[in-house]
Amino acid sequence: MQTRRRLFLQGSLALSLLVALPARLFAAAWPEAAFRTKSIEDALKELYGAGSPTPSSEVSLKAPEIAQDGRVVPVTVSTTLAGVQSISILVEKNPVPLVASFELAANAVPSVETRIKMGQTSTVLAVVKTASGLFSASKDVKVTIGGCGG
Amino acid sequence: MAERIKLRVKLKGDIAEVKSLMVHPMESGFRRNPDTGEYFPAHHIRQVTFEHNGKPVMTGQWGGGVSTDPFFGFSFKGAKAGDSLKVSWVDNQGESAELETKIQ
Repeated sequence: MQTRRRLFLQGSLALSLLVALPARLFAAAWPEAAFRTKSIEDALKELYGAGSPTPSSEVSLKAPEIAQDGRVVPVTVSTTLAGVQSISILVEKNPVPLVASFELAANAVPSVETRIKMGQTSTVLAVVKTASGLFSASKDVKVTIGGCGG
Repeated sequence: MAERIKLRVKLKGDIAEVKSLMVHPMESGFRRNPDTGEYFPAHHIRQVTFEHNGKPVMTGQWGGGVSTDPFFGFSFKGAKAGDSLKVSWVDNQGESAELETKIQ
């Protein structure tokens, strides 16, 4: 009896590992908690375990000074830092500050370009994670027409 | 269903320049219906994955703050003509789409 139960337990454990493994390997789960927080600091803590990145001239954030339409604000984040693991884009005054977070394989060029929504004039923050920590660049973007209300 | 991913890859040496466009409402959940005053339920892509020859090269975790019909561009090294690039996304309502292309 004892051994059969053991066997079953081992079997089910192995099975659950097999089921869990592919998802783990190919993509980390969507960081729900990070997308629920209302502050940049909390979002970064949820994402990276640390809330305050070091501003760095090696991180570049390209965004317009004035966004005519807050629904579509073009943003490019790039960096000359080596060994980039992740890049995140956050908007301080959005209801959910975390907009997007990217995980990069070793052969990915550390530069991402996308378009984001901004509810109002706000600071946009780009955060880059390398093995040596979190680095950031920020920019104030003036929004003429907000992109979150309606 | 109409095509929900548009993908363009340009090869420059061994660097592939990827430009992609997803067709998606990207409803944040913070927008009200002007007629009823009720919030439109959140409906946005959560995760988008790019795989080069079956290996993930870039994964995006997205919230409702990414613009409607999201554009996303990036580059990666080690690409050559004939390689495969696959894009797939899943949203918060369980919808998904994928597209595979050969790099030329």
